[in-house]
This record gives sequence, structure tokens and C-alpha cells, in this order.
Amino acid sequence: MDINAGATAWVLISAGLVLFMTPGLAFFYAGMVRSKNVLGMLMQNVFAMGLISILWVFVGFSLAFGGTNRYIGNFDFAFLRGVVGDVTKAADLPGYAGTLVVPGLAFMAFQMMFAVITPALISGATADRLKFGSYAVFIGLWSVLVYSPVAHWVFSPTGWLFRRGALDFAGGSAIHINAGIAALVLTMVLGPRRGWMKEAMPPHNLPYTVLGMGILWFGWFGFNAGSALTADGLPAQALVNTHLAAAAAMLTWLLVERLMAKHATTLGAASGAVAGLVAITPCAGYVNSMSAVAIGAIAGIVCFLCLKLKFALKLDDSLDVIAVHLVGGLLGSLLLGFFGDKSATGFGTDGVFFGGGWGLLADQAVAAAAVIVFSGVVTWIIAFGIDKTIGLRVSVEDELVGLDQSQHAEAAYQS
Amino acid sequence: MKLITAIVKPFKLDDVKTALQGAGAVGITVSEARGFGRQGGHTETYRGTEYKIDFVPKVKMEIICDDGSVDAIVDAIKGAAHTGKIGDGKIWIVDVERMVRVRTGEEGVEAI
Repeated sequence: MDINAGATAWVLISAGLVLFMTPGLAFFYAGMVRSKNVLGMLMQNVFAMGLISILWVFVGFSLAFGGTNRYIGNFDFAFLRGVVGDVTKAADLPGYAGTLVVPGLAFMAFQMMFAVITPALISGATADRLKFGSYAVFIGLWSVLVYSPVAHWVFSPTGWLFRRGALDFAGGSAIHINAGIAALVLTMVLGPRRGWMKEAMPPHNLPYTVLGMGILWFGWFGFNAGSALTADGLPAQALVNTHLAAAAAMLTWLLVERLMAKHATTLGAASGAVAGLVAITPCAGYVNSMSAVAIGAIAGIVCFLCLKLKFALKLDDSLDVIAVHLVGGLLGSLLLGFFGDKSATGFGTDGVFFGGGWGLLADQAVAAAAVIVFSGVVTWIIAFGIDKTIGLRVSVEDELVGLDQSQHAEAAYQS
Repeated sequence: MKLITAIVKPFKLDDVKTALQGAGAVGITVSEARGFGRQGGHTETYRGTEYKIDFVPKVKMEIICDDGSVDAIVDAIKGAAHTGKIGDGKIWIVDVERMVRVRTGEEGVEAI
């Protein structure tokens, strides 16, 4: 297939937008930790931009998009062999049957930014106590052993979940459920922050968190609308859906917060918007605009109520990765089974509310369950292995003095 | 010579400073402080979970003056820092034994 100039331009810009989400996420999270751990949090996020990018071009991309095996890619594209090709021709990746209209490198770069942000999402759950070196080893192994296979299942047309008919427009299961369950399992192995539930650990700089939310929202247009891989009505619908879901989720989160906890907070506005963005991710190009409002509205309420889950589970999911990403991702993936509407863009499958029956919902549930089991088990093996060898946690003294000083010999704020 | 120490609400600092200049205070030293008195702390809510914040932000100001100015200065602070709500602060006065101006070596009231 020939290259489509508009689509190529949009996908390249989207790669930039998605890349920008990782520093956005860094600030979103960094505002919520205590002032002695700000740099530790920023570092864990931006470090993924370094490590995962290199791993992705070495083997990650190939394991996700190479070959026709149902469960894992191969090494055909390792070290980007065969991805560049003729610069005038669009990518001809296995399974796509010539439907791609962007160059292989543009597709690879766009997908790279997803690979970068996914393990970074986990860092919110393990804030303030994970050793930096162990984090680096963890996300490196996790990206290759968990992210690449799951991305293959879900995104590659040759993957078993894709072939089954499960839909994931931009990463509800491959990214948010995947990172969410990994966060839950890693927190289980790691244990809580010293003093959790006994002393207050309030956010040290909520303006950072609001700034981070703004960057995430902006970048999410590339994340979701870029996933169309075209430049026509499909990304337009995906962009509008993304925006509406974030807006609706912010409103419902604040409403429930105002009713249950007496005040509408800025942290609530930021959290609600992100919950809506997560939930619309799998649905973005497959539902109509009013369904996007409904999906966002539901996400704002359900994710808020699920904040209590970590206390029931007795897991110090410090910055609520479970409530926002695991629950938000699950919600979006399953709601697509109800709200799927092929008439919106011509893509996707009709869900329960649009005369499509229960088939799509069943496929969505299978995909979510498969990702939860696979990611949960492999994450546990990696985390357990690291803990028994080099150790996951910093020492008591290092935790008390803070990650900024103990891990990086720096201070964020000079007094 | 007396040392007047006052703890006031941070947003009242400008009002108190203006009042003190009118009352003849020559110099003021201000520091940001945190603490609680009879009011206790307050609660803040993050993602639906309430936190008790024990130490509330305050401003601590220190003024040294001659014995004759004490009443005017205390009245100025009391008037300007007053809101009538709990947590308005405290003022206390202690004797100063000796005071030295570093630049000239002057001592006592001359050094104020």
C-alpha cells in the first residue's frame, strides 16, 4: 500500500504527544508523594523513556509485532531489521494484510511510546520505597516478558485475542489492565510504606499533579486518536470521545466526592479526568460521542468508589493505580461490550445496547481475564525473583531519609 | 527593653506589619512556623481519605522595643491580627538582658 501523507503526519505527531505523557505522568505522580521522594518518582518515570526505548528497538517491537504466532512475536524485526525498507512504501507487517498506510518506522515509533509509558504507570503504586536499581531491572524484564507478549495478543492482528474478536482501540487491556494488575502484584510483594495507615502522607505539591493531568489529557489525544493510524473521521471520533469521557468523569468524580467527602478537590478533578481517559481508551474509535459521555460518567463514579479497595485488600497502592488504571481499564474494556457501535465510525463491533448481542462482551471479558492472569503471574515471578536476589526495597534508613537523598544523592527543594 | 513575640495567622501578616509601622516598631523579624494551640489541627481530604493535619501554618514575629513602646505595639498586633475566630494566635513579652548592634558595638536601647 502507498503511504498516506496525512496519516503519516498524524501518527508522527501522535508519537510525540504520547511521549509527552510520560513526563506528564511523572508530574502527576510526583505531586502526590512526600517532598523527600519527588525526584525518586520523577526519575522512575523519565528513566522508562531511556531504558524501554532501547529495549523496544532491540527486541520489544519485534516480540510484539513480528511473525504470525498467536501468542508471541519473533525476532524478525530485532534491532529494527526490515522495519525501514522502502521509504515510499507503507509498513507491511504480519497480519495487517496491507491495510497500514504509514511507514514501518512511524508505526514502530508510535508503538514505542506506549511501551515506554506502560511500565511507568506501575511506579505510582510502589512510591517511596522501591530501590532504583531494582526498579530498572523490573521494568526492563517486565517490558520484554509481559508488555510485548500482551501487546502482541491484543494489538497485532495475528494475536489470539485480536483474532477472537476482542477489541482494544488504544490499550485498555494491553496497557491499563496490564499495568494495573502488575501494580497490584508488585505492591503485594513489596509491602507498604513504613508508617502507612498510621501517619498522614499527604501530597506535597498538588499544583504538579494538576499540571501533570493537563499534560496527560493533551497527550491522550495522540494516544487514542493516533491509534486510528489514519487521518480521517475515525481519529476525529476517537479524539472527541477521549475529550468527552475525561470531561464527564471529572464532573461525576467531583460530584460524588462533594456528596461523600464534603469537598470537591483539585486532586479529585485531576484524578477523575485521568479515570475517564483510562476508561475511554479501549473504546475510543468504537463508540459514539454520547456513549463516550456515559462511559466517562460511569468511570468517574466507579473509580472513586474503588479508592477504598486498597484498604480492603490491605495493599499500599500509594497513588491509586488499582482504582484508576486497573478498575478504569477493566471498566472501559467491559463497557465496550455494551456501548460498541459500529455505525459511529464503521469500525468495531456492535455491543449489547446496539443490537450486537453478548458476543463482544464475552470476548472483552476473556481478554481482560487473560491479561490479568498472565500479567499477574509473570509480574509475581519477576518481582519475587528480584526480591530474593538484589532486593526490591530500600533499607529502613534510606526510606526514612527519602528516595531523593538515598537513591540519587539530590534534593528537589533547597532550603 | 522587651522582646515581643507574636504568633499570627499568615494571611494577617501584611495588616500586622502596616499597624506596627504606625505604632513605632523599628524592626520586625518574621519566620514561618507551624504549630497548634487549643484549636488543635485541622483535617484535609485527599481522594476521599481524611488526614488530620496537626501542625497548622503560622507566622512568628519578633520585635525588640524599649519599655515605653510595649503597649502600643501589643495593641497594634492585637488589633490587626484579630479575626475573632479560633487560631488567631498569641502575643507574649519577656525582658531582654542585653542587646548589641553588630556594626557599631552600641549596646542597650541605642542598639534597637
